[in-house]
Amino acid sequence: MASTDIFVVLIITLPLAGFLLNGIMGLSSRSFREKKGFIGLVSNLAVFIPFGLSLLLFFNMTSGSEPVFVHLFNWISVGSFGVDIAYQVDQLSILMTMVVTGVGAFIHMYSIGYMKHDPGFWKFFAYLNLFIFAMLNLVLADNLLLLFLGWEGVGLCSYLLIGFWYEEMANSSAAKKAFIYNRIGDFAFLIGLFLIFKYTGTLNITEVLQSLEAMPHEVKVAVGLLFFVGATGKSAQIPLFVWLPDAMAGPTPVSALIHAATMVTSGIYLISRMSAFYVQVPEVMIVIAAVGALTAIMAATIALTQYDIKRVLAYSTVSQLGYMFLALGAGGFTAAMFHVVTHAFFKACLFLGSGSVIHTMEHAEHELHEEGKDVHFDPQDMRYMGGLRKYMPSTYKTFMISTLAIAGIPPLAGFFSKDEILVMAFNSGLGEHAGALYMALWVIGMVTALLTALYMFRLTLRTFHGSFKLPQVFDEAKGSEQYLHESPSSMTIPLWVLAVAALVGGFIGVPNFIASTFTHEAAHINLLHDWLHTVTAGHKIVLSHATEWLLMAISIGVAVGGMILGYKLFNKDRGEASDESLAERFGVMYEIWSEKYNLDEIYEGYISRPLVRFSDRVLATFDMKVLDGTVNAVGGITRLFGSLFRYLQTGVTSNYALALVVGVIIVLSLLMI
Amino acid sequence: MNYLQDLYNFIPSVVVAVGGLITLLIVSFQEKSRGSASIYWTTIISLAAALGLSIQDLFEPGGTVFSEMASYGGYAAFGQVVILFATLFCLFVSREYLEEIEHDFGEVYSLVLFATVGMLSLASANDLVMIFIGLETMSLSLYVLAGLIREEKVGSEASLKYFLLGAFSTGFLLYGMALLYGAAGTTNLVEIGQQTDGGVLFWAGAGLLLVGFFFKISAVPFHMWTPDVYQGTPTTITAYFATASKSATFVALIFVLSRVFPQETIPQWSEVIRVIAILTMILGNLVALVQDNVKRMLAYSSIAHAGYLMVGLAAGTPEGYSAVMYYLLAYTLMNVGAFGVVAYYEMQHGFQYNEIENYAGLGFERPIFGVMLSIFLFSLAGIPPFVGFIGKYQVFAAAINADLVGLAIVGVLASAASVYYYLRVMVYLYMRESDEPAALRKPGFLITASLVILAALTIYFGIAPGGVTDLLNGFYSSGSLALLGN
Repeated sequence: MASTDIFVVLIITLPLAGFLLNGIMGLSSRSFREKKGFIGLVSNLAVFIPFGLSLLLFFNMTSGSEPVFVHLFNWISVGSFGVDIAYQVDQLSILMTMVVTGVGAFIHMYSIGYMKHDPGFWKFFAYLNLFIFAMLNLVLADNLLLLFLGWEGVGLCSYLLIGFWYEEMANSSAAKKAFIYNRIGDFAFLIGLFLIFKYTGTLNITEVLQSLEAMPHEVKVAVGLLFFVGATGKSAQIPLFVWLPDAMAGPTPVSALIHAATMVTSGIYLISRMSAFYVQVPEVMIVIAAVGALTAIMAATIALTQYDIKRVLAYSTVSQLGYMFLALGAGGFTAAMFHVVTHAFFKACLFLGSGSVIHTMEHAEHELHEEGKDVHFDPQDMRYMGGLRKYMPSTYKTFMISTLAIAGIPPLAGFFSKDEILVMAFNSGLGEHAGALYMALWVIGMVTALLTALYMFRLTLRTFHGSFKLPQVFDEAKGSEQYLHESPSSMTIPLWVLAVAALVGGFIGVPNFIASTFTHEAAHINLLHDWLHTVTAGHKIVLSHATEWLLMAISIGVAVGGMILGYKLFNKDRGEASDESLAERFGVMYEIWSEKYNLDEIYEGYISRPLVRFSDRVLATFDMKVLDGTVNAVGGITRLFGSLFRYLQTGVTSNYALALVVGVIIVLSLLMI
Repeated sequence: MNYLQDLYNFIPSVVVAVGGLITLLIVSFQEKSRGSASIYWTTIISLAAALGLSIQDLFEPGGTVFSEMASYGGYAAFGQVVILFATLFCLFVSREYLEEIEHDFGEVYSLVLFATVGMLSLASANDLVMIFIGLETMSLSLYVLAGLIREEKVGSEASLKYFLLGAFSTGFLLYGMALLYGAAGTTNLVEIGQQTDGGVLFWAGAGLLLVGFFFKISAVPFHMWTPDVYQGTPTTITAYFATASKSATFVALIFVLSRVFPQETIPQWSEVIRVIAILTMILGNLVALVQDNVKRMLAYSSIAHAGYLMVGLAAGTPEGYSAVMYYLLAYTLMNVGAFGVVAYYEMQHGFQYNEIENYAGLGFERPIFGVMLSIFLFSLAGIPPFVGFIGKYQVFAAAINADLVGLAIVGVLASAASVYYYLRVMVYLYMRESDEPAALRKPGFLITASLVILAALTIYFGIAPGGVTDLLNGFYSSGSLALLGN
C-alpha cells in the first residue's frame, strides 16, 4: 500500500474506531461512562489525527494531481453489478475532507467543555465520531452507492443527535421531523440512482460521468431533478427546509457541526461532484438557481423576526445554503464550494458562540434557582440578553468577527464567497439561456445580502450590546449579572480558531480580476479556482473588469448599508422598539415572516393530515382485511401441513427404516429409469 | 521415504489422531474420570494445531497421498478447515456445559478427536475405501457420543436409533461401493469416472452410494433419525453433529459428484438431487414451523439447510460447488453459535430446558447472549447483512445460472417460511414476559468469547464475502480441483 492509501484508510477508520470504542465500552461498562477525560481524548484524537493526515495529503497534492483511488474491498457483487468500498481522493474531496475533519475537530474540542456535566457524555461523543465517519464516507466515496450510505449515515446521526435529550417530547419530535423530511429527499435520490444504473450500468462516479451519452436527455433532466430533490432534503431548501430550524433542539455543538458546517452542505457537494453532468441540463440549473434564491430570501425574512438566537442562526443557515444553490444553478460550482468552506468557518463560530451564550444564561438561571428565586426564562431568547460583551469578551469578539464575515464586509471570508456567487448569477443573467430570470435572481440575491447584514446585526447587537435585560424583565433577577461569565478555554479556543479562519479564509478565493486589472494579463490569484478547475465544470465569466469592479462595489455598498441600518436600528437598547416599528411598517408581511410563511401548517393541513386520513380509512382496511387475510391464510395452511407431516415422525425405529427404504426406491427409480 | 512424505502432507489428520491417542492414554492413567483439564487442553491444542496446519494447506497447490487414496491441500484443506473450526468451537462452548450436566468424561474428548479424524479422512477421500473408513470412524464415535447421557431415556434412545439406522444405511452404502467396483474395476474415484460405461451396474451402485450420503446429511426421507438424535444428545455435541459431520459428508459428496460421475451425466444425477432437495426443504421447514422445543426446531432447521445445500449441488457446476463450500462455512458459524447460546440457556436448569416457553423474557437477562442468539437466528433465516444471506444467495444464484429456476423458487419460498420459526424464538426472547423470571448465571469467559467471535464472523463474512469466495473460485480455475476433477 502506498502511503496515500494508508492515510486514507486511517482517515476513514479512526473515527469509526472512536465510535466503536466509546460506544461498546460505554454500553457495557457503567464505570467507563464516568471516565470523561478518556472518552473526550479518544474521540478528539479520532478526529484530530484524520485532520492532520488530510492536511498532509493536501500538501502532497497539486492542482494538477490525478485523483487517487483507494480500493478496500469488494462490497457487493451481483452478476455484472459490482460496488466496491473504495475512496477517491481528488481536489474536491480533499477540500471537503479538510473542512469536515478540521471544523469537526475543533467542535469536538469545544464539546468537551459544553457537555461536561451531561450524563450521556460517552454517547454524545460516540455519535459525533460516527457522524464524522459517515460524512467522510459521503465525501470520499468513489461510487454513488457508498456516497448514499454516507448520506444515510449522516442522516441517522443527525436524527440521533437532534433527539439527544430525548426525554423531552419536543426534541424527539424535532428529530423525527428531520429524519422524515430527509427521507423524502433520500427517496428521490434513490430513484435517481436506479435511473443512472439502468442507463449507464454503473454507479462509479467517474464511469457515470464518462458514459453520460448513454442517457437520453429527458432521463438526464429527471436524474438531475431527483438528485436535486435529494439535495433539498439534506441541505434544507424549499420545499423541505422546515426541519432545519427545529433541528436546533439538539445540543449546540451538533447544530454547529451537523446543521451548519458539514452535513447540510452535502447536497451542494453532491451537485458539485456531478457538475459535469449538471452543465448538460441547463433547464435543471435554472430550477436549482431559482429554488436557491427564493430559499435565501425567504429564510432571511424569517430570520429577521425570530427571537431565539439559535433559530435566527438556523434560518440564516438555510438562507446561506440558498446562496450556494444559487451559485450552483448559475454554473458557479467553485463559488458554491467556496461559500461552503467560508460558511463552515463563520457559521460554526456563530453557533459555538451562541452555545457559549446559552451556556452562561443557563448557568445564571441555575444560580438564581439555587438562591431560591423562582425565575423561569428561555435561555435562548435574545429579549433576556443584552450587554453580554462586558462579561464574555472572547465570545463577543469572535461573534462579531463572524457577523461581519457573514454580512459580507470586506475583506472577511464571507465577502469574497458571496461576491463570487452574485457575480456568477449576474454573469448567467447576461447569458443567452433564460438571462432575464437569472438577472431577477441576482436582484433577489442582492436584497438578501442587505437582509443578511440586517438580521445578523440585530442578533449580535441585541445579544451583546446595550444593557442586560434579564433584571429588567424579572424583579427577582436583580443582580444576576454576577453569574455571567466567560466560557472555559476549551470552548473559547475553538471560537478563536474559527474566527481567525472566518477573518482570513476568504483569501483562498480572491477574484482574479483584481490582479489582472493592474497587470493587464490573466492572473491566477484565485487559489480555490486553480485548485478545483480540474474536478468541477462550470460557466466561464464573460464580464469585463469594469463590470466586475462595479458589481463588487455594489455588493460592498449593500453590505455596509445593511450594517449601518442594523446599527441604527438595534444598537443601545433600541432593539425592542425597532422590532415593533418594523412589525408595524410591514404589517401583514411581517406577520407572515414571523409565522414562517405558515409552511408547517400548510404541510400539516394539506399533505400530512389528508394522507393519514386516507391511510386510516382506505389503506388500513385493505391491509387488515385483504393483505392480512391472505397472509394469515397462507400461514395457516403452511402450519397445517407442518402439523400433518409431523405425524410421520412416529418415534418407532422400524417406521424410520421403512422411510429409508422408500427413499432408496425413489433414488434408484429416478436414476435408473 | 515416500510414505513419510505422504504422512507429512496429511499432517492435520495425523495431529488429531495422535491427540486422540494421547487423551485416551491420560484417561487410563488418571484417577478421576471427569473434569480433567489436561485432557481438555490436549484436545484443544491438537485441534488448534491441526487447524493452523490446514489453513496453511489452503494456499498449497494440493495433490494426493497414499497411492491416490486421499487428497490434501487446496480444496480438501478448505473442508478440513471448516471441520476443525467447527470442532474447536463446539468444544469451546462444551467445557462449561458438560461440566454443568456432569458428563465431562475424558473419553468424550477422545471420541470427539477420533470422530474428527474420521471426518478429516472423509473430507479428503479420493477412494471408495477411504470414504468408507472415514465415514465409519466418524459414525462409530458419534453413536457413542449420542448416548452420552445414557441415564436418561432420550439419551439411550438417541444412541440406539442412530446406531440401528446408521448400520442399516451403511449396508446400502457398502453395497453401492461393491457394485461400483464391479462396474469399473477400481475403487479410485477419478478412475471410476474415467472407466465407467454408464451401465445399469454403475447407476445402481451410484444410487446406493448416494443413499448412504443422504442418510448422513439427513436428507428427506432419510432424515427420520435426526430430530430424535439431536434432541437426546448433549446440546454442544449436537452442534458438533450438525456442523462438523454434515460438512465432512457434504465435502465428500462434492468429490463423489464431481469425480465419479462423468460430465455428460449431470442431468441424470442432478434430477435425483433436485427431487430430494425439494422434499428436504419443504418437509424440513414445514415441520420446523410447529416445533415447540428449540433444539428440535434446530434439528429440523438443519434438515432444511441440507436442502438448500443440495440446491447448490444440483447445479453440478463449479459455481454450485463453491457456493456449497461457502454455505458450509456460513452454516457452521451460525449453527455452532445458535446451539452454543441454547446450551448456555440450558445450563441454568439442566438438560432438557429447551421448550420455547422457557425462553420468555430471556433476551433482557444477559443482553449480549440474547443479541447473539438473534444474530445467529437472523443469519440462519438468511437475512442480510449476515453470512447466511450470502450463503443462500450463492447457492440459489448457482442454481439459476444452471437453469434450475424452479428449484431456486422452491428454495426461496421454503426459506421465507423458515423466517417464521426463527423469529418466533426472538418473539419469546423479547416480547413475552415470564412468570418466574430466570436469573441467568454468569457465563464463563470461554463460552462468551467463542460466541462473540462466532457472532463477529457471522457479520464479517456477511459483509465481506469476497476473500473466501475468491479462494474457492481459485480452486476451480487453477487450483486443486481443476487438477483432479474430470
